[in-house]
Formats: sequence, C-alpha cells, structure tokens
Amino acid sequence: MTGEVAVLGAGMHPWGKWGRSFVEYGTAAARAALADAGVDWRDVGSIVGADTVRGGYPGYVAGATFAKALGWQGARVTSVYAACASGAQAIGTARAQILAGLADVVLVVGADSAPKGFFRPAGGDRADDPDWLRFRVLGATNPTYFGLYARRRMAVHGDTPEDFARVKVKNSALGALNPYARYRKRVTAEEVAASAVVADPLRLLDICATSDGGAALVLSSMEFARRHGVAEPVRIRAVSTVTPRYPNPVLDLPDIATDSALAVSPPEETFRASIARAAYEEAGVGPEDLSFAEVYDLSTALELQWYEDLGLCGEGEAAKLLWDGGTALGGRIPVNVSGGLASFGEAVPAQAIAQVCELVWQLRGEATDRQVEGARVGVSANQGLFGHGSAVIAVR
Amino acid sequence: MVAGWFTGEGEGFRLLGTRCSACASVFFPREDALCRNPGCPGGDLCEVPLSRRGRVWSYTDGRYRPPSPYVSDPELPWEPYALIAVELAEERLVVLGQAVPGVTVAELAVGMEVEVVAGVLNEDAETTWTTWHWRPTGVRA
Repeated sequence: MTGEVAVLGAGMHPWGKWGRSFVEYGTAAARAALADAGVDWRDVGSIVGADTVRGGYPGYVAGATFAKALGWQGARVTSVYAACASGAQAIGTARAQILAGLADVVLVVGADSAPKGFFRPAGGDRADDPDWLRFRVLGATNPTYFGLYARRRMAVHGDTPEDFARVKVKNSALGALNPYARYRKRVTAEEVAASAVVADPLRLLDICATSDGGAALVLSSMEFARRHGVAEPVRIRAVSTVTPRYPNPVLDLPDIATDSALAVSPPEETFRASIARAAYEEAGVGPEDLSFAEVYDLSTALELQWYEDLGLCGEGEAAKLLWDGGTALGGRIPVNVSGGLASFGEAVPAQAIAQVCELVWQLRGEATDRQVEGARVGVSANQGLFGHGSAVIAVR
Repeated sequence: MVAGWFTGEGEGFRLLGTRCSACASVFFPREDALCRNPGCPGGDLCEVPLSRRGRVWSYTDGRYRPPSPYVSDPELPWEPYALIAVELAEERLVVLGQAVPGVTVAELAVGMEVEVVAGVLNEDAETTWTTWHWRPTGVRA
C-alpha cells in the first residue's frame, strides 16, 4: 500500500469529430472537473497534461498548454507521454506529487483531436523508429495487430466472429446511455457482420474509431479533501505503470518481431496480466473484489482478452463469461459500462483519464441509467505503444 | 529499406538477426548496440541467419490502403495483402511479414508451415526495394 489520493472532481468534453483544437476539449473538461470539485483553478498547485501532437512541438506542451488556456497562475507543471497510457501516467504523476507532499491539489488533463482513419507515425524517413518501420516495411496498421490477436484467439480458444460481435452489441447498448459517448446508437450482431472487413477477421464495427475528446480529474490529498468538506471521496488506491518483462513472447505494437525466448524463459504471466497484477498488489485487492471494470476495447476481441488478463475468468473462458451476461450491466462483473472505446473512439491522451472519470461516477452512484448497483471497487486497464501498461484502481 | 535485415537469393535467402555472444539471445530486427536481456552482462552481437521455415502463429490482412510511409500507388485500386506472424522454433521468436502476393487469408491456418522468400516491397524507375515474404510450403501442422 502506498497511500491513497482523493478524486475531488471529474469532467469531460463530449467525444466525437468536432473539428476543434485539443486545447478547447481539454480546457472544457478541466473546467468541468474543477466545477465538479468545487475548486478554484487558482488554488490548484500542480497541473499534469497527457501529451498530444501539435504541429512543430509534438507532445511536449500539454501541461503548459492547458495551464495557459485556463490562465497562467504559477502552478507546478508537468507533461507526460506514454501513448495510449499517457492519461494513466498523468494520473500516476499527479498521485506521486500528492503523496510526496509536492502539491495538495492537482489537475490532470488529457485531450486530442485525432486525424480520420488509421493512426500513422510522425513524418520523415525515420528508419530508427519501430513505429515508422512497421508501416513502411509491412503496411502494418493498428488494426493489423488487433486482427492478429483476434485470429490467434480463434485458433487457441475457439472464439468466433459472433463472439467478437457480441462485445460490440453489449458496449453499444451501454454507450447509448452515456451522454459523453460519440456513438449513442445500439448496434446489432447483424450490423457488425454486415460491416466491411478491415483486418481479417475483424470488421469495421469490431474496431474503435479515432475521435476527438477530452477528460480531466481533480486529485487531492486525503487531508485536503477532508478540509474541503468531502468526508468520503472516491479514492485512487493504485496506478500501475509497468513495462513488459524480457522476453515478451507476444507480438505487440509496434514491433515486427517478439523477443526470443531462447536464452531466458518467458515470464509465466503475459504483459497485460502483469499490468493488472501490479495494480491489484498495490491496492491490496483481487479480481474477486471488483464491482466493475473499464478496459481498452480497441477491438472487440481485445476486450475478451482483457477479461482473462484481469482475472475475471480463466484463460479461454472470456466468450462464455460474455454470453452468460457476466460482463453486461447487472452481471457478475460489468465491463465497459461507459460504452468503452467502442462508443467513445480513441482520443489517445484522454482515454485513460476518461476511464477513471467513469470509475468516479460509478463509485459515487452518479452514472444514471448505466449505474452498477452498489459499486465499491473499480479497475481500469489499458496498454500503450512501446511497452507502456497501466491500470488504475479506485474505491469508495 | 533497412541495411542488413536479409541476405541471399533464391533458396539461399535468409532473414538476418544478431546473437549475443554472452547469453545467446537472438534479435530480429538486428540489435547491434546492446543485448536487451536484463540479466545479461553484455556481449558482442554477431550477425546470424534465421531459420528459413516456421509455423504460422497468427495472420490477418489489410483490406484498406495503409497510410504513408507505406508506399503504394494511389492511382491503382487497392489490392489487399495478407500478413503472417511466424513462429521460428529454433530461435523461439515470432516474426511478422507480408505473405507472397496472391496468398489470401482463406489459404492460411494457424500452425501451417511457411518459408521465407525474397519479395519486392516497391519499385520506381530507378530502384527496386526488396523485402521478405512468407510463403506457405503446403505442410499443415
């Protein structure tokens, strides 16, 4: 146990293709989180921004960009980049600052304006960058990897495209209940099956879209929360931000080969499972304690993988858990009650923060139609390019 | 495209990796600076050809034209390619590559044997960029 921090406020800008600057989304989310917390921006001691790319200054300016937009007030400032795990690392940084006594109240912000279509590497001839190489040499997009994992599950566990489609059916029904989601229409299995194949066996409706969006949190020390009149805040009890262990035997973004297991045997648990375990150990809880989970459903098949990696069921049992309704609202362990990335789309620096916003609303009992009854413990899990993995555990 | 990733022609075509002289770990793409095994004191990294044949770990395809830096002619209709992740038993690693042109996912299965062959990545008036492709040998697991 490393101590807890309080979540005083959560805020979002609705997701979608709005065509505006990431600064606008992040600032709107930040103002919403500050209002939710009842904290004046001028009383925030530190701001942590999850990085995005802005012409000429890729990623290096997020914290200061949001601070300037909100009005310079002299706060400590930090920007973090960890690809899809950027938001979780921003939360982890804020928590570390609070626990170290560097700041009492920290604003965490992530926002993006994503380009349409496939994500692609930064420009230029950059043969020293694995992300550039996989596109240049193989034409391997992100859905390529999702397709490889999906096909592997089909071969190893007997999953079917109908199993994958069922995830979309579940998540779209939940997203329809979430006012911040981009897609708010229920999708049928027939509609998934009728959508175009993008990367066999995955279809367009199996893969999450790129989106604009913003999310923010106001975190504080427990003592500040009490002084602020919040006796029982939602608390963050763990933020795991771990790398894989050598040798990683699972082909992963953006690499075109795995490590060799010739000299050293691979660890018993996979990288994704280690992300969850690190969080469980830090929080002193296990999968049996969870009320619900928010996971990166970059593809429908990947959500099933997370069930097993989080320990919600045994290996190969994810499809059964899904069909039994175990991960639906009202089930044993609801997953992606926010609607997931299937309903939000990807706004990279914002999405791990958005997951924690959902944890907060659920744990406060403020999630309206999509509320998990009696939610006490929630986990979010994600994985970022280049070996970033993170999970957050929040409790009430 | 990248120097020293493969060598040879015809039956002699091989992917090239490197092997650490201290711990025997193999790396592909080649690692020439430092051994990545965290428990290794660090040894010289020597070039080593990889096995010619392996088995399909998984596969997929690209039904939509990938963005740059992938090079393709926007004037021509998009022809999907299959991508195969291949497990090399001797090196105990998985290497991703495109399938030879014309092979579709319908002809592939996890566990099937494939072999590495030279292929063309793209070409213009002056240059042909070569690459590696995986080609099914017709042997099922």
